[in-house]
Amino acid sequence: MFAHDGGNGMNRIYLDYAATTPVRPEVIDAMTRAMETVPGNPSSIYTTGRLAKYQLTQARDELAAVLGVPGNELIFTSGGTEADNLAIKGLALANQHKGRHIITSQVEHKAVLDSCHRLQEWGFEVTYLPTDKWGLVDPEVLRAALRPDTILVSLIWVNNELGSVNPIAELGKVVQQHGALFHTDAVQSLGRLTINAGNLPVNALSVSAHKIYGPKGVGALWLRKGTALQPLVEGGAQESNLRGGTENLPGIVGFATAARLIEKERSARWAEEQALMDDLRRELAEIPGVRINTHPEQRVPTILNISIPHVDGESLFINLDLASVAVSNGSACTSGAQQPSSVLTAIGLPDDLARATIRISIGRETTRETLGSFTEILKREVHKLQKKSKAIA
Amino acid sequence: MLSEINNSLKNSKVGAKVVVAMSGGVDSSMAAKLLVDAGYAVVGITMKLWGYKDSGGNVVEDSNCCSLDDIHNAAIVCTQLGIPHYTLDYSEKFREMVVKNFVEEYKRGRTPNPCVLCNTEMKWRALLEKVDDLGADYIATGHYARKVRNPETGAWRIARARDEKKDQSYVLWGIQPDGLAQTLFPLGDLTKDEIRALAAASNLRTAHTPESQDICFIPDNDYRRFLKEKHATDLVDVAPGDIMDMHGEKLGEHKGIPFYTVGQRKGLGLATGEPMFVTQIDKERNTIRVGHREETLSETFLVEDLNWFEEVPAGESVRVFAHIRYNHPGEWATVTVETDGVARVVYDNPQAAITPGQSAVFYQEDQVLGGGHIKEVVFEKESVEIEV
Repeated sequence: MFAHDGGNGMNRIYLDYAATTPVRPEVIDAMTRAMETVPGNPSSIYTTGRLAKYQLTQARDELAAVLGVPGNELIFTSGGTEADNLAIKGLALANQHKGRHIITSQVEHKAVLDSCHRLQEWGFEVTYLPTDKWGLVDPEVLRAALRPDTILVSLIWVNNELGSVNPIAELGKVVQQHGALFHTDAVQSLGRLTINAGNLPVNALSVSAHKIYGPKGVGALWLRKGTALQPLVEGGAQESNLRGGTENLPGIVGFATAARLIEKERSARWAEEQALMDDLRRELAEIPGVRINTHPEQRVPTILNISIPHVDGESLFINLDLASVAVSNGSACTSGAQQPSSVLTAIGLPDDLARATIRISIGRETTRETLGSFTEILKREVHKLQKKSKAIA
Repeated sequence: MLSEINNSLKNSKVGAKVVVAMSGGVDSSMAAKLLVDAGYAVVGITMKLWGYKDSGGNVVEDSNCCSLDDIHNAAIVCTQLGIPHYTLDYSEKFREMVVKNFVEEYKRGRTPNPCVLCNTEMKWRALLEKVDDLGADYIATGHYARKVRNPETGAWRIARARDEKKDQSYVLWGIQPDGLAQTLFPLGDLTKDEIRALAAASNLRTAHTPESQDICFIPDNDYRRFLKEKHATDLVDVAPGDIMDMHGEKLGEHKGIPFYTVGQRKGLGLATGEPMFVTQIDKERNTIRVGHREETLSETFLVEDLNWFEEVPAGESVRVFAHIRYNHPGEWATVTVETDGVARVVYDNPQAAITPGQSAVFYQEDQVLGGGHIKEVVFEKESVEIEV
């Protein structure tokens, strides 16, 4: 049971694709080629620079095609977190003459929540909308929260912890009727849902490469043409003057390749993943007292979030890791200590249940056998700990 | 040296599973390494006990245990050793069990030793429960101490470390006997110098970490500041009172009982011309007694919260070598267990500043027989006048 892989390798049963994904070989090839054959700086005006600029534009168009937007509306960033920061702070700062009220929800990614907290420090007012127990925002609740001075609404599309899918078109329509700007964190949507952002009532949308088998350290913000944005990183005219710094060309090439490949496989994979996930959901529902936090229909088939009563969450996660299972827990690491995730608190889980919450997320390498072994191990460890907690109680 | 290391661990089956409490310092890092080398299946756990924003004062965050750097270092060392590492949050329990007691003890006019309580309650109770959850056989720490078995009774006892200067057996008296049976002290047969050299030779990231603080949650060592700044609301009922000599004569005023400790000389604000020491703190009357150096001497005191590694029945007396604080050189004494769970200790020679709240630890040769908290000092001559 202590046969841990140690610091050297992967957990044998990796079910944390929503945290990050292994880079696929085609992406590694494309990135290697970019580093070998495109040494220039895209901003340089001589031939080597122009060649780099050409590669950058190709990659930009490739990703834009997957998102359903024009290439010149993409701003490459260092990842999803920077894209969210840029959207929230950049849109708020550039539009504050129209009002200083912002709306988001209680179940957003920390990149959005922390950016909103910062804006509050800067004098903005923020409303954090409550959600239902699946983490979904009701469009009517949103409508009621809009005020004349509301300039920006930011709501997550696919919830990264729960896998529930917000009705983003409906929510966007409510915002559009009001006239505020609408940003959505689509980091977990890319590669799973049809994005087609250009046709959505959305002004800005964040994506990231490493959730779709691309490299870490590269993301993008799509910003609809004509939307005012204040840059946060300055020092060059790159990315339409909105994000300074020499472009991460190999990363961007890798991102575009990963997006193109996953988009091609998307519908076929959805069917497979749905079959796997339906079985898993049925299996895990047998755990005594289990609570499933992922919406039964409005969800992606890659994420399942469950809470298990009467177990010590910390012990469960350690025992799972020691059994070589990698899943995500219901905690966020703040100052080295485990605090129950604010998302889980927001959907109404008490602290002890939040601590014993597991996010299972599957991906390209997941097989029926992987999930079978996982289910067996999880049930065994839960049984041991539940027995113990009953013995104490 | 290796044979000595193995010697200290030979009582346990090789391949057994051990949880090592890792602070991010060199000692616990080496404890983990020695266990790995000896063939144990090791898991490193860092107990997050304290957030440094709660200390106040002039605190340099990353020079203390429980800081992010230390947790990170413990994790890196575990990766170097090829073992898993987890950080568990015990800060709420630590505040409830250790820090609260620390404040309350000072309010009662006593001088607590929070390290003793932390070992007893956090490591050998809270963490030991986790050890059981994980299906592990042992808990191990980087304490300089050994454990030995009494061949006649089979009972385990804590024993002094080979490195007498670093010996920490004193702060471990509160471990319950069944907890001790599940404990490994990998450093007990090695000196600090050897540990540092071994750590450097194995290129451990923590090889050169500084020595840890006296009281981890008060890094500037100013407990009075800590109480005033961080526990002001707990101190609202603290009031100034009289400082008196041993005959009841008023010599001055004190600022409140929590700010004084028995044996204290500095900061009394007395104009007596000769050095005076705090001899007694009387919470009931809100008074502090002071005396000359020889008036801090006493022979007899009572000890409560007793813990024995081998039970001493009520009514029986044992001869021990007793220490009454961490760096106390110790002295021979006779301990008699009374019927109410309290022990009466009589020193062969009077000792200075026996302090209620501190730990009295009883040794036989190099082994800890048991210990407890000092309840009160019995003053021979003045006791009638003072106690009634």
